[in-house]
Amino acid sequence: MITSSILLSIITFVYGLAALLYICAWVFKKELPGRLATATTVIAASGNFIGIILRWIESYQQGIGHAPLSNLYESLVFFAFCIAVLYLFLEFRYKLRVIGVVATPLAFLAMAYTSLRVDSTIEPLIPALQSNWLIAHVITCFVGYAGFAVAFGISILYFIKSSRGGLNGGFTSKIPHVDMLDELTHQMVMFGFLFLSVGIITGAVWANQAWGRYWGWDPKETWSLITWLIYASLLHARLMRGWTGKKIAVLSFAGFVAVIFTYFGVNLLPGLHSYQ
Amino acid sequence: MNKSVRFENFTNRVWKFFASVKLSVVVLLSLAATSIIGTVIPQNANPMMYLQKYGETLYPIFNALDFFDMYHAWWFRLLLGLLTVNIIICSIDRLSSTWKIIFPKKINFRAGRFRKSANRVEWASDIPSNQLKNAYESYIGRHFRHITVQKTDNGLLIFGEKGRWTRLGVYAVHLSILLLVIGGLIGSLYGFEGFANIAEGESIKSVPLKNNNQERELPFTLRCDEFSISHYDSGMPKEYRSTVSILNGQKVIHKADIRVNDPLRYQGINIFQSSYGRIPADSFTILFTDPDSGMEYEKRASIGSRIKMPSNKGTLVIEDFTTGFSFHGHNIGEAFLCQKIPADNKADTSNIVIPLSYPRFDRMRGGDFAISIKDVEFGYYTGLQITRDPGVPIVYVGFIIITIGCYITFFMLHKQVCVELTEQNGRTNVMLACVSGKNRPGMKTATRRLANRLQNLQNMDER
Ligand code: HEM
Repeated sequence: MITSSILLSIITFVYGLAALLYICAWVFKKELPGRLATATTVIAASGNFIGIILRWIESYQQGIGHAPLSNLYESLVFFAFCIAVLYLFLEFRYKLRVIGVVATPLAFLAMAYTSLRVDSTIEPLIPALQSNWLIAHVITCFVGYAGFAVAFGISILYFIKSSRGGLNGGFTSKIPHVDMLDELTHQMVMFGFLFLSVGIITGAVWANQAWGRYWGWDPKETWSLITWLIYASLLHARLMRGWTGKKIAVLSFAGFVAVIFTYFGVNLLPGLHSYQ
Repeated sequence: MNKSVRFENFTNRVWKFFASVKLSVVVLLSLAATSIIGTVIPQNANPMMYLQKYGETLYPIFNALDFFDMYHAWWFRLLLGLLTVNIIICSIDRLSSTWKIIFPKKINFRAGRFRKSANRVEWASDIPSNQLKNAYESYIGRHFRHITVQKTDNGLLIFGEKGRWTRLGVYAVHLSILLLVIGGLIGSLYGFEGFANIAEGESIKSVPLKNNNQERELPFTLRCDEFSISHYDSGMPKEYRSTVSILNGQKVIHKADIRVNDPLRYQGINIFQSSYGRIPADSFTILFTDPDSGMEYEKRASIGSRIKMPSNKGTLVIEDFTTGFSFHGHNIGEAFLCQKIPADNKADTSNIVIPLSYPRFDRMRGGDFAISIKDVEFGYYTGLQITRDPGVPIVYVGFIIITIGCYITFFMLHKQVCVELTEQNGRTNVMLACVSGKNRPGMKTATRRLANRLQNLQNMDER
């Protein structure tokens, strides 16, 4: 019987393959690798989902059943899944395969990191994590992070496109117009902002249940607030004259750096949050 | 320029300053940037620790800038205050024009805006315009709330509009920020955050506060009846549980179990499971061993007892118990702290440490007797976080409003649609465009989708 961790290791490579196919489709401007890339991503996302469900079942078989959203490994796997699904939604909605060039590598990297650096054994829940708010908190945070990850990818495309002065030719011809990229970034940031807001809120309610305060300026909390403030300023910066395009892309970059730091970097700082 | 005009100019400029989005971007980014400080420098730690870490030059500077409690520093509060004022002024500044959009006196469409829209879709049809008009008007009427039809020189315009009220979403978001600020303020003014360790069987009537050295009276007596831990097979903790009683005088008025994530809320006071520890129960055995003869003497004792040592060698006072004693930088675990008072009382008293895990430890001292302690029975104490925060309901209302407000602002649009029909050489030219208050890429797709639907309507009519 295939275990979830084996399945998810395989899925890592499927994401890698999808990324390669998207790059081929982009570089060679061919339709076939593009179609294959889409199919591969659909397979990877489905496998990713099955892996999550399988892990859930396994935890019950071990008598310590809980939703697979309780440690770094499980959250990274869920993160990759969210990126893939969100990207596929964008692809179907806007018929744009070029975003896959930046989105699937992000899903691949998240999964690859779990295989290399993170312990995948299923652990029982320590008392602090035994809360339904945990599930709501992790799901909303990571759906939000996925929105920011895709926005970050689109900002990379923005820089590639605008570094050539918007010239159409070579690799950049498949990238949509900078205005379109700008607006897609905005859409993804709005999506991410809504979910991050709910993520911070569910986290606050949970903290109030577990520790008796909804906000305590713990480094993890503070960094999620920093992320939120950066994206709030991005949303407002768009309203100011002259603040479009490049500056928005820079803020989207900075925001995603804050996301990554909230996720990994904070573990270097002292605090209550042991993972996420 | 006379004085009052100059004053008006001045207030105008102040108003504009506080209403500007530029200010809010600056303040939001400043809050983000300065918040980093408090995540890098541990907050509210011991001053000696800071002095050691940052040295003689940096320490006074950091201290003067309140970096060691920066989230309560005046300058951080100033930034929060600026944000609050910014939101209030900005909302007042814009509300009247938003109101006019939502509740217009007279509905007024400018066809030019749609004709120039980059999103517009145009096609031609063989069907006469009045027939198309009926089909389109009923379709748009079903999907848009307000609909108007206007005649032009050579045709007609159908306007539809919906979702005007969604313009209020942003105000809800900004209002909720105010609620969070107000709720937080109420919490810090009228709430408290305390922490108490209570041994099994003991009770408290007041709780020491966290941020200062004060105690806070509780409206009841809180007793810890029992504390228990359970473990998973792997040894990881599964549950911490305190069984507590609320007493009024001597009478138990409420009993409850408190677990992590499952606090007790009683009379506006919240009690949370926070930590725990082991303490020795009332009595244990002290063993005195004569290093030369190997003779052993046993005595029962408890914390605080004074024990006559064998052969009249003095008195041993069991002063205290610690969960972790540091011996030459190594933690040697749980230990009793004692004092030995010599019989003649002339020499000085000496301190003696008796670690539980190393019964031969005291031999190193080379005294008249090597002392160890055994048969210790342990009880638990529970560490409870005890808080009151009357601001929480307001903050939670803010949470709900911000979620709904963001959803409305981001995903529900104030949408306007215009169809223009013009007759030309027996054919009908159709122009369709959707616009929203904010230009969104969604509008292009929405226009195309609507165009498809309208064209399908027309095909169905043809059949
Ligand atoms: C933490 C604080 C704040 C948050 C979370 C917040 C949130 C938002 C959000 C989500 C939007 C919608 C943006 C969009 O449609 O893309 C918005 C719009 C706006 N915000 Fe804020 N905001 C904050 C502070 C401020 C402040 C201090 C001002 C003061 C000038 C301000 C002024 C505006 C304006 C003028 C709009 C545009 C409204 C419109 O489109 O009609 N915001 N805000």
